[in-house]
Amino acid sequence: MGIATDDLLLYAIYFFIGSSLIGVIRVVLGPTVADRMTGLNLVSAQILAVLVLYAVREGRPNYLDVALVYDIFGFIGILAMTRYFAGRARRS
Amino acid sequence: MIWVALVFFVLGAVFSIMGNLGVLVFPDVYTRLQASSTCSTTSVFSIFIACMVIAGLTPMTGKIVVITLFFIITSPIASHIIARYAWESEIVPWRRSYQDRRLLGEEDDG
Repeated sequence: MGIATDDLLLYAIYFFIGSSLIGVIRVVLGPTVADRMTGLNLVSAQILAVLVLYAVREGRPNYLDVALVYDIFGFIGILAMTRYFAGRARRS
Repeated sequence: MIWVALVFFVLGAVFSIMGNLGVLVFPDVYTRLQASSTCSTTSVFSIFIACMVIAGLTPMTGKIVVITLFFIITSPIASHIIARYAWESEIVPWRRSYQDRRLLGEEDDG
């Protein structure tokens, strides 16, 4: 067998870190707030994939708790940001 | 078993490239949301399936199943929240005719 599991997981981690940088470009130069939140949602999903891949590569189930809490806080962050900006737009 | 994981890794990589390019290239919030939500959900789901195949029947697989269920519920909800925020803050959806009218030199009426 030519492929080692550790190398495969390592290349997948490198790929997802590199592809989440493309989402960071959209976060930086998005014209409106909704564009930036779209890019942030994409980056958050890919960092979640990186965390799960790292936990599987190290073989420690404890690291998956970090991934679950990161996912929860990403969702609550998007919710809080939309409430905050909607309230600010309605007030002005 | 490693080849099944490799197939799912390649699937996730292809969907990830398509989603990122869509978010980078598309002209509007709604089209970018379409590319972002569908492609990121599918790619991360494929990566989770590959991780389950690699981990085997261990306690790690149970935790990955929990993360997958939570992710596959919350990711479309987050996209829906962003789309509703964009619609309520009165962002006009992009149409090709707007760009054509601007190219013809006529003024667009709001």
